Amino acid sequence: MFGIKKDFICELPKKYYTLSNYEKGVARWCPGCGDHAVLSSVQRLCREKQLPPEKTVFVSGIGCSSRFPHYMNTYGFHGLHGRAFPVACGVKFRRPDLNVFVITGDGDCCSIGAGAWIHAIRYNMNITTIMFDNQIYGMTKKQTSPTSRLGTISNTHPTGSVLPPVNPLQTSLGMSNVSFVAQTADWVPGHLFATIKAGYEHPGFAFIKVIMRCSKFMGPLVEEMTTNRDAVSILTHEKGIQPDDGTLHAYKNHQIHDPTDINAARELAEDQATSYLGLFYQNKDAIRYDQYGAHNLGFTPEEKITAVNAQLDKFAV
Amino acid sequence: MKDGNGSLASPSPKTSNRRVIKEHILEIVSDSGEGAQKAGQSFGAVSAKMGNGVWTVEIIPADIQPPPRTKESASGIRIRFGSGKITNAGDEADVLVAFNEIVPYNRIEQNVYREGTIVLIENKWATDESDEIRKSYATAIQDFKDRKFVVHEIPMEEECLKLTPNPKKGKNMWVLGMLCHMYDRDMEKAAAQVGYIFRSKSKAVVDSNLQLLQAGYDWASDHLDLCYRLPSVESEEELVVMNGNEALSFGIQAAGIELCSMYPITPATSTSHHLAECIQSSGGIIHQAEDEIAAVGFAIGASYAGKTSVTITSGPGLALKTEFLGLAVMAEVPLVVIDVQRGGPSTGLPTKVEQSDLLAVLYGQPGDAPKVVLAPSTIEECFHFVVLARRIAESFRMPVILLSDANLATGVQPFPRPQLREEWLSPPVDQSPRAEGAMPYGWDEKTGLSQRPVPGQAGGEYTLTGLAHSAQGKVTYLPEVNQKTSALRSLKLATFGRTLKPPRINGDEEGELLVVGWGSTLGAIEEAVNIAREQGGSVSSLHLRFLSPLEPGLLDIFKRFKKVMTVEINYSDSLDDPMITPENRRYAQLAWILRAQTLVDVDCFSNVYGQPLGPGKILARINKELSKLNQH
Repeated sequence: MFGIKKDFICELPKKYYTLSNYEKGVARWCPGCGDHAVLSSVQRLCREKQLPPEKTVFVSGIGCSSRFPHYMNTYGFHGLHGRAFPVACGVKFRRPDLNVFVITGDGDCCSIGAGAWIHAIRYNMNITTIMFDNQIYGMTKKQTSPTSRLGTISNTHPTGSVLPPVNPLQTSLGMSNVSFVAQTADWVPGHLFATIKAGYEHPGFAFIKVIMRCSKFMGPLVEEMTTNRDAVSILTHEKGIQPDDGTLHAYKNHQIHDPTDINAARELAEDQATSYLGLFYQNKDAIRYDQYGAHNLGFTPEEKITAVNAQLDKFAV
Repeated sequence: MKDGNGSLASPSPKTSNRRVIKEHILEIVSDSGEGAQKAGQSFGAVSAKMGNGVWTVEIIPADIQPPPRTKESASGIRIRFGSGKITNAGDEADVLVAFNEIVPYNRIEQNVYREGTIVLIENKWATDESDEIRKSYATAIQDFKDRKFVVHEIPMEEECLKLTPNPKKGKNMWVLGMLCHMYDRDMEKAAAQVGYIFRSKSKAVVDSNLQLLQAGYDWASDHLDLCYRLPSVESEEELVVMNGNEALSFGIQAAGIELCSMYPITPATSTSHHLAECIQSSGGIIHQAEDEIAAVGFAIGASYAGKTSVTITSGPGLALKTEFLGLAVMAEVPLVVIDVQRGGPSTGLPTKVEQSDLLAVLYGQPGDAPKVVLAPSTIEECFHFVVLARRIAESFRMPVILLSDANLATGVQPFPRPQLREEWLSPPVDQSPRAEGAMPYGWDEKTGLSQRPVPGQAGGEYTLTGLAHSAQGKVTYLPEVNQKTSALRSLKLATFGRTLKPPRINGDEEGELLVVGWGSTLGAIEEAVNIAREQGGSVSSLHLRFLSPLEPGLLDIFKRFKKVMTVEINYSDSLDDPMITPENRRYAQLAWILRAQTLVDVDCFSNVYGQPLGPGKILARINKELSKLNQH
């Protein structure tokens, strides 16, 4: 009617979520903290993917990074130090309809939560994990972190830390059933967004390590990381994360790396001198524990009662 | 076979000469792996089917494969069965069947036999080729006689060899046949039971075991002058027979709980074994976590997402779950925690019974952490209390802890078959939008109750936090908020407590002595109290199911008795010790709580031998207390 053909009318989604639909409160991180950048990227991802806020859950542990869920206008679970993974896995196990993210830090993930972390990798549930690695305990005021470089001066090691750091990439890549390992940095926004997006799109457990600035306690390190561009190399490959032009322009070192090659990924992860940004490894076919967890959902009460009665028959006198 | 054509024999003609008994306690003890438990379980099942009251408890070696013919190798079963209802494992055994002369010493050390206990012992060791074994056997037999046991040496192996080249694999069924004759068991039911336990084996195996069963029966008929009869009435009610851990597993499924997240720990694990066998058929699943902490975290994650979950553990695991329990209290996440208690502290006595986790459960979390704690006292309650626990957890938005113990876990008892109901099941996860303005913690000021939002509910978005928080779920450090929210969480217990009735008193409503118990000691306490009452003692008992909040009316009840004493399986100082005074005495765990809550001078009788408290020991203590009271 009125000259407009019926198939001209496209169906609009009932609701279009804007960035403000995902924003909540004012983030209380220090000025210059890298956490702000990740928050913006994640909110952008939510908008791009139009994730319904009520169907999205951010689970965190304890630490600066773990305040993250409080600044998302979605469901959140700000739980215990080191225990974000079991909680997130429990959320996802019987609720495949929920989008689950884990926000954790280097201490939360690689120290107190290390046991849960490596098993979360092995469970390979469809969860996107962002690990904020600033190489220091910030919330408790500058103690050595498991990823602090050897010799890092902190309140617990005033003359310098005495052990080499945990290498989270190496550890992840060493775990059986690993399916997605990537590294990015908070001050490379295009790359950061592309990496988080690739992690979200990965069908399984995506482990994203974000190299973070802690300007409050790690000023010299931040200075070195952000200015010494020779120490950074961008991973490129058709199967990898496609970096934006800005990133490729800012960082001249590029490394072609096939993310299906786990041995090559492990070699890159071992390289102490260079920080590679990009997708280290991806296997879309790894066994998914969340699929096992959700395989028998939705029994009716009658079905449940019938099944229990059939079992009780075996114990009948 | 007697009649030569393969059918089973009719009951022995000696039936008429049988001694009528009210009940017996029978133990079968062998080396680990010889099948004493299978024989005993079958005997118990047949007796239950004939209408006898039955309680069985397994004797489990602590090691997986202890060397044979050692005390550590003792593996077996105790069966207490009688004409009426049997509620506990009882005191000293009337009959012991032993597969060698060494294993009984494991039990002798625990004082479970008496003068006159009949010992039926395998006699092949008397003619063993090893001098040492022959000597050991002769010495033991003499020792048994010195202990005034009545010894019958039985050619078990010799008789079995007539039917099977490998008697080690079939002796247990021969013994079952022998016992069936002794106690006039229905052989058709026994044969059916043997068929059931070997249901996954070939027909040849079943037939061979049926032959051994019949051979044992026939041998006893011709050679053994021990013939008893236990009158019984076959129950008109439909019964099921299982152990406490299996009952927990059924309770979990009947409650519609769709996730059990656990880590293996004795003596809780067998619940998970049964669940693993069948929970997927009833729409649930088991998650074996990487550790105890992750197990409870996983359960809490699922509960938060609307699927109220259960985690099962024992003392050491409970200790590890402490922080998460505090979070569940603080953030008001419904959760069912089952603690099958064992001996402690630390690794303690993994396979033995204790009731030592009560205070840890109540006060183990830093900060104030009010929660509901209940303790089943029978196998049947193990089933029903899980159903109850889930409902309380969801209605009151808090963790509910169920305290079972190793005694209930392995005790087997028949009980009325639960008639499953739809309202026992978890309701579907609410995914409807939240009402405008509904807060994540919209506490009712009077009761402390609030309705939780579940992910998926539009308008309910909030961030759950273990930090102090406001009704809006916002982190806050305001002093008045923490005081107020602590009060609201505590108020929920008082609100729940208002729904409870005062406990039932076993015996008179007033008198000299009141015995108070909780958990698996119910049967033994009531048996002891009832015997004392028959002997004229002024004693009553009550048994608490709810430990937090406590059942109401206790002070009124306590005031009606001259003395109140708890009976518990946990440690307390003895006032007989010269170092111990009424001021520094450390009391049994329920006694601590009752003293604090009622200001009554509650005494306690408790110990940690790792054994269920038998009615005889409780009776002796009751009589001692009564005579002290009469002297005053």
